[in-house]
Amino acid sequence: MLAHLPILQVIVPLMAAPACLILRKPKLVWLFTLLASSLAFIISILLLQQVMVADTISYELGGWSPPWGIEYRIDKLNAFIALIISGVSTVVLLAAQTSIEKEIPEDKQTLFYILYLLSLTGMLGIVTTGDAFNVFVFLEISSLSAYSLIALGKDRRALWASFQYLIMGTIGATFILIGIGLMYQMTGTLNMADLATRLPEVAETRTVTTAYVFFIVGVCLKLALFPLHFWLPNAYAYAPSIVTAFFAATSTKVAAYLLIRFTFSIFGISFSFTTLPMETLFLVLGLLGIFIASTVAIYQDNIKHVFAYSSVAQVGYMIVGFSLSTHAGLTAMLLHMFNHALMKGALFLALAAIIYRVGSTRIADFQGLGRQMPLTMAAVVVGGLSLIGVPLTVGFVSKWYLVVAAIEKGWWWVAGLVLLGSLLAVIYVWRIVETAYFKAPMAGRQPVKEAPMAFLVPVWLLVSANVYFGVDTRLSVEIATAAAKSLFGVAQ
Amino acid sequence: MTTILGLYNYWIVIVLMMIGFYIIIAHGHLIKKIVGLNIFQTSVFIFYISVGKVEGASAPIWQEGIILYSNPLPHVLILTAIVVGIATTALGLALIIRIKEAYGSVDEHDIQAMDNQDMVNQDKEQQQC
Amino acid sequence: MFAVVMLAGIYGLVSASFFVAMDAVDVAFTEASVGAGISTLLMLTTVAMTGRTEHMASHKPLLALFVVTVTGGLLIYGTFDMPYFGSADAPIHNHVAPRYIYDSMKEIGVPNMVTSVLASYRGFDTFGEVTVIFTAGIGVLALLSVVQRPKSDAVIEAINDSMHEKHLILRVVIKTMIPFILLYAFYVQFHGDYGPGGGFQAGVIFAAGIIMYALLFGLSAARQVITQPVVQLLSAVGVLIYGSVGLVSMLNGGTFLDYSVLSADPIAGQHLGILLIELGVGLTVASVMIIIFFSFSARSEYQQAKKGESL
Repeated sequence: MLAHLPILQVIVPLMAAPACLILRKPKLVWLFTLLASSLAFIISILLLQQVMVADTISYELGGWSPPWGIEYRIDKLNAFIALIISGVSTVVLLAAQTSIEKEIPEDKQTLFYILYLLSLTGMLGIVTTGDAFNVFVFLEISSLSAYSLIALGKDRRALWASFQYLIMGTIGATFILIGIGLMYQMTGTLNMADLATRLPEVAETRTVTTAYVFFIVGVCLKLALFPLHFWLPNAYAYAPSIVTAFFAATSTKVAAYLLIRFTFSIFGISFSFTTLPMETLFLVLGLLGIFIASTVAIYQDNIKHVFAYSSVAQVGYMIVGFSLSTHAGLTAMLLHMFNHALMKGALFLALAAIIYRVGSTRIADFQGLGRQMPLTMAAVVVGGLSLIGVPLTVGFVSKWYLVVAAIEKGWWWVAGLVLLGSLLAVIYVWRIVETAYFKAPMAGRQPVKEAPMAFLVPVWLLVSANVYFGVDTRLSVEIATAAAKSLFGVAQ
Repeated sequence: MTTILGLYNYWIVIVLMMIGFYIIIAHGHLIKKIVGLNIFQTSVFIFYISVGKVEGASAPIWQEGIILYSNPLPHVLILTAIVVGIATTALGLALIIRIKEAYGSVDEHDIQAMDNQDMVNQDKEQQQC
Repeated sequence: MFAVVMLAGIYGLVSASFFVAMDAVDVAFTEASVGAGISTLLMLTTVAMTGRTEHMASHKPLLALFVVTVTGGLLIYGTFDMPYFGSADAPIHNHVAPRYIYDSMKEIGVPNMVTSVLASYRGFDTFGEVTVIFTAGIGVLALLSVVQRPKSDAVIEAINDSMHEKHLILRVVIKTMIPFILLYAFYVQFHGDYGPGGGFQAGVIFAAGIIMYALLFGLSAARQVITQPVVQLLSAVGVLIYGSVGLVSMLNGGTFLDYSVLSADPIAGQHLGILLIELGVGLTVASVMIIIFFSFSARSEYQQAKKGESL
């Protein structure tokens, strides 16, 4: 069985999805989904262990060797990301049944879990495959399930947000398809490792440059890099709260993975950063994303909007790390992907608990919650501190590595801007803390109870992880550094 | 001259793609956007298939005596892409039906206006509290 | 809007004929059935529910023109280094393609090279594709399904009689044609190894037959034959069949979807594997298309019923 782990990583959730249709009751389906997701998580841990020792695992599907057949290729980078995705998925699922009881009608709950599993499958598939067209297929699986999941939100604006996401997402996917087609036309292969060997010969052609541009633009649409981020705030805000918790922690990571993979492993650093002014472009867009999104977040009334814009800003941080195109910069980016998943996972899950009790997403309705829901609000506070980058939290670790990487490269002013961005985060986090702790509850409102255990357990699991990995950074840093090193080793 | 003869096919496809892309961005009616999306995707398919064509070859089905065949790989890729396209279209149309029920309109500008109105009303409510 | 949808359907049909000219017969088949058939049908149903007219709001074409010109310009810039259209020495014809074309007959034993690549060499992509269509089916269900009370037989009889007068010719002709359509679907399913065809096309044609019946005899009558739980189950079963073939290969010592280990003779194993997965594909595609159409019609009836209540 161990030899088949790479494919089992994707097959387990994939086959679990239609199997859910055979079970009837939502609670049973929830347990089954939780089981499938936990299995996927265990497999990702085993794979990561294997890969830290063995370097790269290759699995030939159908018994045909690549490039004639499809290959699954696991190295430190994708094992790390698969771990993040399956881990967050499992933890979020713990609270799922309770959360959707109030947000999704009962006859649609089974369908919700099927779509959730399909979304998980899509993301894991994108991350583990070694074939470019396979990426497109699984990208569509994850996108289609995402559109449906978002549209399950109660508010009618969820439908409109989902439609806008559908249009933008499909344009992005078609751009990616064009990019893959152009790459295929010039090299004759779809296998990623094979592309990496064959692209240097044709790297000078205009077609390959066009292929790169289209592919990257498509990926950036999915990544919600400024200015292509317009679908994200509404999609996150109006989707069911559990869906937001899951997507905020995972979907942008997958797009970031594609960016890293195609830039470093396939096109190569020399092509990507010298032929086109990618360094400058990404730096500028990343910084703009940080500042503009953080500023907009300050003025939002809907708490989910606040943190959705905050996610756009965090993507900006990741891209700044990427634009450094150094080993340290890439390590910082990978670290931030891991840490951001923990931060936003904890935050949005805590928000889901609050929304479950309070029934509204307006910050004004959170007055006095500090006393009524102490544990949940404490979780929000820790998550907020992590976003700002206070020492002892994971947020601090990523910002630190990013700043150090920028200084190493000699870009002092970038380090300064990164720190400035954190100040903006202080403002929007403080707004929430102030409303919850320093304002009395509004007159005439029913007092709310603390969130049920179904929420508290996974929320505090993630919050403790926030603090634990902020103090003992060995595990995350070791994996991120090793992954970055392997990418730089391959692409020269 | 040979360049034009060799490449005109791609240029026509690109024009088709851009027409589809334009429709998606410029038109406000939601179904027209979906139609534009379809045109955009179908032209990408045409592009892939024309890449696979070999002059003077036959369809990729084995027959005794024929030596030159067109490339089957783009065909496989596009079969998958067509299915993905119809899946997206079906989902998009289902969303449009629901949007019509919820908003009463399928025009982008009207819907956006209604959303903005909702935000304004919510703010007014909040101030009264 | 009606004109828009019809023209879009014609565009699909014309691109299908273009595909034939490009030697892509399998693709033409699929595009004709899906792009010109199902797509047009769904769009017409949507237009019926959302209104035929579009009010001309002022749209600002300048930004759109700018974006489109930049994108188009970039693409045209990229074409200048491409291998010429139709040239036989382009990179794509000399790398992986020769094995697909010349060796597939002896490695897999199936004349249709597209099927051998689709089902065997790149079988996992097709698994992903089946999952995509399954996802769309579930998504449409999640968006549009309404809890329906099955109508009594008397009501169905009444609908039947009223439509009988209005569409007499259509009903007689379609009633004779449907068995042939369904038979043709089976033919395409199983003959996909030897000629254009395969699971997708067969599934769509089968669904088209059922949809024609539903269009003319009423949704309720069709639902009596093809009940909702059954068709949902069938769509899941199709995906599971596909996956199980892969799992069995794993248990027999090969990697996922390695058909050669399914039987003592590798070629026989390949045939068996391809047969089974195409079956899974056809099953899921047919059920999902039926689910999607039924969901759209059911929603339409639901909307009309609500309008009737509020009047």
